[in-house]
Amino acid sequence: MKRAAIALLLLTMLACEREERRFREMPSAAARRNTERLVSLVPGPYTADVKVDAPYGRNAFAISEGKRLFSWYNCVGCHANGGGGMGPPLMDERWRYGSDPEQIFATIWEGRPNGMPSFRGKIPEYQVWQLVAYVQSLSGNVPKDAANGRPDDMQVHKQDQALPDLVPEKEPAPVQ
Amino acid sequence: MRGIQSALEPAGVQAEQIANLWTVFLIVTAIVYVVVMAFTIAALLRRRPAIVSNATSPAVRNTVSAAVGLTVLILFGLLTASIFTTRGIASVPDRAIQIAVTGKQWWWQVEYDDADKSKRITTANEIVIPVGVPVTVHLRSSDVIHSFWVPSLHGKRDLIPGKRGQTLTFRADKPGVYRGQCAEFCGYQHANMSLWVTALPFADYARWIEASRQPSRIPSTKTERKGQDVFMSSPCPLCHTIQGTAAGGKTGPDLTHFASRRSIAAAMFPNRPGFLGGWIVDAQHLKPGSQMPSIPLQEQELQPLVTYLESLK
Repeated sequence: MKRAAIALLLLTMLACEREERRFREMPSAAARRNTERLVSLVPGPYTADVKVDAPYGRNAFAISEGKRLFSWYNCVGCHANGGGGMGPPLMDERWRYGSDPEQIFATIWEGRPNGMPSFRGKIPEYQVWQLVAYVQSLSGNVPKDAANGRPDDMQVHKQDQALPDLVPEKEPAPVQ
Repeated sequence: MRGIQSALEPAGVQAEQIANLWTVFLIVTAIVYVVVMAFTIAALLRRRPAIVSNATSPAVRNTVSAAVGLTVLILFGLLTASIFTTRGIASVPDRAIQIAVTGKQWWWQVEYDDADKSKRITTANEIVIPVGVPVTVHLRSSDVIHSFWVPSLHGKRDLIPGKRGQTLTFRADKPGVYRGQCAEFCGYQHANMSLWVTALPFADYARWIEASRQPSRIPSTKTERKGQDVFMSSPCPLCHTIQGTAAGGKTGPDLTHFASRRSIAAAMFPNRPGFLGGWIVDAQHLKPGSQMPSIPLQEQELQPLVTYLESLK
């Protein structure tokens, strides 16, 4: 009994980093090095890029900060709350320029043709990474325990942590 | 008790009434305390009579009735004093200066509205009011519940997100600088969410209003011009406004007349170049969690930027 209690307590420590708030973010040279190249040609022998872990993909605080910045920096002006408008929707499964964190980072940092502005030098780098984490969360690409469980905005898809439907949806009747 | 932030040192009519009520409560409750303690000590020292007296003897009954009656009377008196004070400070004069104060994590946005849009003033963490004229502050919040409290001028009132019509009307009767503070826990930097209220003679107040309506000062030296370029090319304008320039961000404090303010970071630091430089490059060290990000600037960029901002009188 006692052991089980201790084990349970230890288990809760697994969730410690979920809400971890790091306020002093150092600009990371590594993150910039790993942003996308415009061409696939590289000098020297071919080496696969070292994949960077998005620094915030598992951090609930950073994802919610990204959500705040998403409207502060007027991303909502074109993408709405992920549903799209002038800009493409971000909550669907289509990725024009890739769904990897560093690809999303490059999209924000460098901009993309036909309208996406480059935010390089306009947003501190760690905030761009927070935006990356939030953009990933829009299409459900972050762990459920880190995702924003209670978004206030209109949701196209079901909320990330919503309970499953109690009554399964009925199959549409076959056309006769 | 001397201080710029003390409810016991009222600088206005509302705060004075609150202070008077406080004094009445203090005197009455102090007397009650002393009397009760005296009776308790007397009862402890008194020798128990040899014969246990009947608890329902007329003497005991009369004493208890008198004590209960006196207690009710005193409480009723305090209630009456409280009601009259509340009514006194709640009366709103017809002509009051209207100022909107919005609480944000963790600073105060202050707006002087005007039908003519070009005459609107937006500033931060500082309210300038004239002496002897009633002022109504309209309290709003853009995130969580805050509470506006300038003890020298009035009591506190909450700022509730989404709720309009929260107002506080006060009048400063002595010119001076008074400090206020958020009085409702609102997050990590709640303790560092303060503001200044400056009460000026009416002529000075009118001059301040006129000066604040002007667009920002145009940089005149080479360093100031470079500083402005640094400001415009760095993340600053995404959140901050400087009237008369292209910077029009709305989420951070308006910096149009930044140099005329007493302090930075919601009255946390004095407004001096050293503090400002530190604030720009590492706000997250000085005030962790605040919405001001640390901006990694080179020395040759930071110096002109600070010079430019400190020139915005």
